[in-house]
Amino acid sequence: MATLALSACATAPETGINDPHEGFNRRMHAFNKGFDQRIVRPVTSPFKNSDGASTDGALVVLGNVGGNLALPGKVVNSLLQGRPGKAAQNAGRFVVNTTLGLGGIHDPAGQEFGLTEVDTDFGETLHVWGAPEGAYLELPLIGPTTERDAVGKVVDWVIDPLDHVLDDNEARVKTVIRLGSKAGERARFGDTIDSILYGSADSYAQARLLYLQHRRYELGMEGGEIDPYDPYEDQ
Amino acid sequence: MTLTILTKTSSRRGFLGLMAAGASVVAMPAFSLNTDEARALIQQSLNEVYAVINSGQPPAQMYKAFEAIFARYADVDVIARSALGPAARQVSPQQFAAYKQAFQGYIGRKYGARFREFIGSQVQVTDAKPVKSFYVVTSVAKLNGRAPMQVEWHVSDKSGQSKYFNIVIEGVNMLAAERTEIGAMLAANRGDIAALTSALQQAG
Repeated sequence: MATLALSACATAPETGINDPHEGFNRRMHAFNKGFDQRIVRPVTSPFKNSDGASTDGALVVLGNVGGNLALPGKVVNSLLQGRPGKAAQNAGRFVVNTTLGLGGIHDPAGQEFGLTEVDTDFGETLHVWGAPEGAYLELPLIGPTTERDAVGKVVDWVIDPLDHVLDDNEARVKTVIRLGSKAGERARFGDTIDSILYGSADSYAQARLLYLQHRRYELGMEGGEIDPYDPYEDQ
Repeated sequence: MTLTILTKTSSRRGFLGLMAAGASVVAMPAFSLNTDEARALIQQSLNEVYAVINSGQPPAQMYKAFEAIFARYADVDVIARSALGPAARQVSPQQFAAYKQAFQGYIGRKYGARFREFIGSQVQVTDAKPVKSFYVVTSVAKLNGRAPMQVEWHVSDKSGQSKYFNIVIEGVNMLAAERTEIGAMLAANRGDIAALTSALQQAG
């Protein structure tokens, strides 16, 4: 997959929607939707809070710990992007929350020291290095992504510095915590996700549009907006 | 994995929804708009949005309130037309009026349903500037336990009144999202505008 993605990256445009694998992607979308409907949604919906503003305390803790475990990989990526300030911020956050925050259960770094999380990944590193976005992809269990971001995910998985200090059992615990924190997010944003997956006339197209727009915004891609037009000029 | 991506995009989507439903821009006479006015309009609209959010009404009444605000202060005509795409040029004025009415109700319900995420949150207007042929007003939303979100409002007086015609939440823009959605609904109804209109009356 990585090879496929890298080779195709070379020709992808930076604007609009580039989806040459739409047939494959739509089949994957149907699979992901079925997986959500049969497994993820039934498992996570009991944790949904009626006011929609917060979730079960255990899931919040799981989310915090999972987020903390992801920080070392983000530090590496910020360094690879030539952003030492951001790397230092996440490194400081990791140290404070792992110690004072009891392994990331609490967030004193964010609340007391102003060390909020800088979200990044190897997909962003590739963007900073000049790799183009590539085609849009929807992958089984991973969901909406692009060729560049798919390569990024593989690399993130390989370069996670935490794996060098954890033994096999600890690594398994880490994986379980990370999965649990994803489940917590599914519960927390349950209604919103339901409205896209089950309330949209074309949930594939809607998820694709939202992913690409948000991702390009996150990366600060020049001219990456999918802006239909100035509606007043079009009449 | 699946969840991360969907969560990230959909949380923004949820926010978009609320703002779209609740946002209001005070209708002004057809003077040409300036930066301060655009800014004031959005500020005032946000106050009104939050009055509804915090009113504690039952959801059905809130959706009606959001629809009314949307109808009064957003340029529903141009948003509905843009969502319909090229097909808007082929429908009769009566068909368009019925579609627009249904679209407006759909927006009120669909985006109104997301309002719960915003109880206890705050939005601050941070900037306003002319861009191309309209004004972009920037605001920052602070939601409980989440990173601040940037929300952009596109305001124009080209309809003869100062109204907003697009909202962009963390890069996700309402016009593009609704154009995709309405386009898909129209295709599902084999291009029949009357069928689309009745589908919209049920949707959201």
